Amino acid sequence: MFTAVEIEALRLSLQVALVAVAGSLPLAIAVAWLLARHEFFGKTLLDAVVHLPLVLPPVVIGYFLLVLFGTQGPIGGWLHETLGVRLIFTRWGAALAAAVMSFPLVVRAIRLALEAVDRGLESAARTLGASRLDVFFSVTLPLMLPGIVSGGIVAFAAALGDFGATITFVGNVQGETQTLSLAIYSLTQTPDGDAAALRLVLIALALAIGALFASELAARRVRRYIGRA
Amino acid sequence: MSRLRVDTRRRLGGLEHRADFDLPLAGLTALFGASGAGKSTLVNLIAGLLRPEAGRIAVGDTVFFDAARGIDLPVHRRELGVVFQDARLFPHLSVADNLRFGLQRAGARARAPRVPFDAVVALLGLEALLARRPHTLSGGERQRVAVGRALLAQPRLLMLDEPLASLDAPRKAEVLPYIERLRDEFDLPILYVSHAVDEVLRLASTLVLLERGAVVDAGPLTEVLEHPAAAPLRGGADAGALVYGVVREHDPRYGLSTLACEGFALRVPRVDLPPGARLRLRIPAREVALALSPPNDVSISNRIEGRVEQLLARDDAPHAAHLEVRVRVGPQTVLAAAVTRESAERLALAPGLRCWCLIKSVALHADALVLARGRAARAGLGGD
Repeated sequence: MFTAVEIEALRLSLQVALVAVAGSLPLAIAVAWLLARHEFFGKTLLDAVVHLPLVLPPVVIGYFLLVLFGTQGPIGGWLHETLGVRLIFTRWGAALAAAVMSFPLVVRAIRLALEAVDRGLESAARTLGASRLDVFFSVTLPLMLPGIVSGGIVAFAAALGDFGATITFVGNVQGETQTLSLAIYSLTQTPDGDAAALRLVLIALALAIGALFASELAARRVRRYIGRA
Repeated sequence: MSRLRVDTRRRLGGLEHRADFDLPLAGLTALFGASGAGKSTLVNLIAGLLRPEAGRIAVGDTVFFDAARGIDLPVHRRELGVVFQDARLFPHLSVADNLRFGLQRAGARARAPRVPFDAVVALLGLEALLARRPHTLSGGERQRVAVGRALLAQPRLLMLDEPLASLDAPRKAEVLPYIERLRDEFDLPILYVSHAVDEVLRLASTLVLLERGAVVDAGPLTEVLEHPAAAPLRGGADAGALVYGVVREHDPRYGLSTLACEGFALRVPRVDLPPGARLRLRIPAREVALALSPPNDVSISNRIEGRVEQLLARDDAPHAAHLEVRVRVGPQTVLAAAVTRESAERLALAPGLRCWCLIKSVALHADALVLARGRAARAGLGGD
């Protein structure tokens, strides 16, 4: 039914998006927490930096990543020399690009969920003998779960579809960085590639609808779990 | 007996909150005041959810807060139980898990719980609710679970912040008996915030009176009740005195009951309670007359010996013809008599003077007499 190339692209896309979301969630929760609950110097700046991927052209983000995480870049160079990890032209680099692009969406969703958590419940938990950390894990986090789930799924969909940042940062290497979007792009640049491109487009469409459906289902389940349904 | 000592200052919303009191930790202490008088603020200060700007808070031997010594015990180590006006049950946990939340964090205190799980469930009638989720409960049920959860944290002091305020009358009537049983069955001091007169009179043995952010008086209910700011509790500006008694016997021949009070007996129109029942009654000052010698040729049957403690001109009626004379008739008991200024001068009433309080039995009509207007006034002998 599917060709080897199609399966390859699909599997790679899912892999990249999954790693991107899983890797960025903890950091997104921390940043959302800082933005929602604390006043500090540079808060506006942090807020702006987090939202940059939403307002800048993806190619520019890709360029920044290239500068920072390239083997000659300050972070990429260090990674390469001390850990032997290379990000450019690898699937890990693709995951990083996808994570950065979807980061503002996750942070927004989690921040909204966090702001909706009743602080009174947290005070109540503290009077019942729970430390601040305990309160976070036993009360705040479970109550934020709907936001985390929906934010995660939206981010997953966004990561799945990134094109500009990915192609700029990690190129278009078949079997390594050629995700679904990149494969579609390549096929449209190939003579007689239209039919194959259409097949991939349909796969992407199915994937997107599936993700939205899963998101709705998961959110409903979680709401029921925390007793809000 | 261990004590609750509070001496705090805190500015909040343009109001200077001041509290300075030292009370025994026993029985039920009511924090009474109008809305916005600072009752919840005081609870939050004691719980540690608000930090005083200056002062000291200690429960028993444990210092919660001491600005001078830089002590501020974190909320979760204060070992308190707090029930908030809005039950604040955790929506993601079942009733049983809500109840266990504090118990699981009580550490060593949970190993030999003073307040065991099953006893709380039975006391509050929660058996049928254990598997349910908070959003499926009624308001009254939610408050009962919240009370149970706070109790199970094995607190050294249970604070109830207007637990009934958000409930309608039938739900209130449903929860109130549970709070009475709580007070009577567990030997646990309770701080009860309320602006509802009937709740305070029904439940409290000690009273903390708040007005515009400040604690204006604190002490045994019988004494604090006579403070001008406690007027709503007395049912108006009418002065009077609160007396505890036990029904000793009924006299069917005359339709009278005899109550044993502290150091004296009181003959009142028949009370509908069995002998041995405790009750609390309020004797209005206007029904009490004074004599300097024991009168034997008057119809009045209640003659109680005492000593004048103070003469008060009521602030609320500075030009009134009468004075309120406070007469100590027992170590814990003070009666109030309304006497005209003229009579006070004629008798040369002064503090220390020996006198007899005369109370007409018929004046002590059972309905007006038994507190909470005849409803369940058996409460409140504890703590004295």
